[in-house]
Amino acid sequence: MDVAAKKRLLREMLFARRFEERCYEAYVERKIGGFLHLYSGEEACAHGVLEAANIGSDYVITSYRDHIHAIKSGMDPKEVMAELYAKETGCCKGLGGSMHIFGVEHRFMGGYALVGGPFPLAAGLAKGIKMKGGSEICICFLGDAANNQGTFHESLNMAKIWNLPVLYVCENNLYGIGTRIDRSTAVVDQYKRVSGYDIPSEQVDGQDVEVVYAAAQKAINHVRSGKGPYFLELMTYRYRGHSMSDSNAYRAKDEERVWSKRDPIIMLRDRLVEAGEITEDDYKKMDDEILEDIENNVIKFSEESPEPSMDLLEKYVLAENDPWVHGGPK
Amino acid sequence: MANIMLWEAIRRAHDEEMTNDPLVICMGEDIGVAGGTYKATNGLYDKYGPERVIDTPISENGFTGLAIGASFIGVRPIVEIMSVNFAWLAMDQIFNTAAKVRYMSGGQLEAPVVIRSAGGTAHQLGAQHSARMEKVFMGIAGLRVVTPSNPKQAYGLLKSAVRCNDPVFINEHEIMYNMKGEVPDEEFFHPLEGSEVTRPGRDITLFGYNISVHWCLQAADILSKKHGIEAEVVDLYALNPLDREGIRNSVSKTHRAMIVEEAEAAVGVGSEVMAIINEECFYELDAPPGRVSAKNVPIPYNHTLEKAAIPNANDVVNAVLNMFGKNG
Ligand SMILES: Cc1ncc(C[n+]2csc(CCOP(=O)(O)OP(=O)(O)O)c2C)c(N)n1
Ligand SMILES: [Mg+2]
Repeated sequence: MDVAAKKRLLREMLFARRFEERCYEAYVERKIGGFLHLYSGEEACAHGVLEAANIGSDYVITSYRDHIHAIKSGMDPKEVMAELYAKETGCCKGLGGSMHIFGVEHRFMGGYALVGGPFPLAAGLAKGIKMKGGSEICICFLGDAANNQGTFHESLNMAKIWNLPVLYVCENNLYGIGTRIDRSTAVVDQYKRVSGYDIPSEQVDGQDVEVVYAAAQKAINHVRSGKGPYFLELMTYRYRGHSMSDSNAYRAKDEERVWSKRDPIIMLRDRLVEAGEITEDDYKKMDDEILEDIENNVIKFSEESPEPSMDLLEKYVLAENDPWVHGGPK
Repeated sequence: MANIMLWEAIRRAHDEEMTNDPLVICMGEDIGVAGGTYKATNGLYDKYGPERVIDTPISENGFTGLAIGASFIGVRPIVEIMSVNFAWLAMDQIFNTAAKVRYMSGGQLEAPVVIRSAGGTAHQLGAQHSARMEKVFMGIAGLRVVTPSNPKQAYGLLKSAVRCNDPVFINEHEIMYNMKGEVPDEEFFHPLEGSEVTRPGRDITLFGYNISVHWCLQAADILSKKHGIEAEVVDLYALNPLDREGIRNSVSKTHRAMIVEEAEAAVGVGSEVMAIINEECFYELDAPPGRVSAKNVPIPYNHTLEKAAIPNANDVVNAVLNMFGKNG
């Protein structure tokens, strides 16, 4: 990865952190409703993997912890934040919410709230790619606890027998809400579970964006070259509670401290400073610019956007004027 | 006009749609090499190959979800779930994804997937193979539900379902695949909404769907011949959305209604149609609407008990005679 790319990634990850922390504030101010799951601490996962993908061409799908995957996939942070604000200018016109961010023109195929739900959808997208003869792949990001759903096993099995171009990325943050992985899961190393389906897999440090990027390159090459599915496990940690309604009381402070020393943004920053590529001041300036950008553009846009109009309420339930409902075009 | 079996009609619809559009695929357990439990995909594996006629592992939620995901980007999957009893396992993907994705994405994505499944009480299949689940599917916003009562409908409904951009659940019946009926030789697309007056009448409307249409027709015959009651039979081939206008039109004419369903009464087609009658034409009624439903039990294995658990034409006749005060 060249220096320019590293600097850009530093800025993108810092933007992601500030974006999520600003969501936190907006939630406390009751500007954002419902469930809100933040990605702080896990930035290197989405950024490292998608840096190695063909953004806008490869399909991306994930769970409810989806803001940052959406933005890294090319979506405008304004339309993401406006969606959280439930405004008509939001990507889903205020009908989706935090857990259902969609940006289909960027091939960001959505955030889904049912744990494990995207596993088979990703396999299906890969099946569609294969049928249409494209060179794209599908990348599916899910949590560690999702692997205890039947869909995990069903989808890995189908992806393997049908040789589908899908990369499953497990963001292993050690918890499913408040239950630590060793209390819920017989085999805690998730990459090992995949060997039962004869799918190649790897576990790497999910806090180091360069490590993630290198592992993702290898994984994506495998999938894109027609060799079938791949499973990448990224060891990571979320700083906030599971969602805004989570007190986070189940985690030892020591554990949190250990992980905070491996912050993906700080690690990259320090590396760039040490190499003389940026100064502390550059970083501070970058941070200020980002904070200003979020406030003056993203938040302002969301605050000032209109509420969805009432005629949206019943609009997208069924297809509009579909001739086949009435026996075909007349 | 060919007189063919219902499975042949479904097979023909698959074949035509797969020829018409290379992105139409079908998938399910044993549908390919083995030709399908009900023969509905017989011969298609040889004709279209394993990429398009897919024998799945026994993973209902998984392969239904896979079909839904593929449908996001233009694939038109026809999923066969061997029995509706197994469709419970795919509810997550059908309800949580297919039915909601257009809405929650603000119109960005849709899931034009067809899910066919065989339900109903057959011959001594026992409690876990005799579910009638249309009541569960028909109450979900964003999911169309249709249910054929004859080969012509089975053919035309599947044809339209494949082309429609909504997810469509087709509720078939275990023991109707060998039923014969006329299907037009030329291609035709059956509407996915509406209802059909199968037999006109003036004294009462019998509402049926799928197999119960046949009980209604038999009952109407008996009522006419033996009791001088002219029943109108309305076939509710579309269960979601239900045909409010058709229900109102018929009841406004006959002023009486009996809904006949193979499923248990609670929260079912009968209760829903009654509610619509109340809302649409309550003051046109000469008598409270009635319903003929299954007993509220899991289906027993013993054949005599099994038959007693679900309605038949005689039950319909008796219920109508009761309504007219002609019994006992
Ligand atoms: C089917 C289902 N069951 C339960 C839940 C409630 N739930 C939401 S997130 C979650 C934990 C998931 O953990 P993991 O997959 O590790 O992802 P993370 O939140 O850690 O990113 C649970 C139990 C749900 N949304 N869906
Ligand atoms: Mg987790």
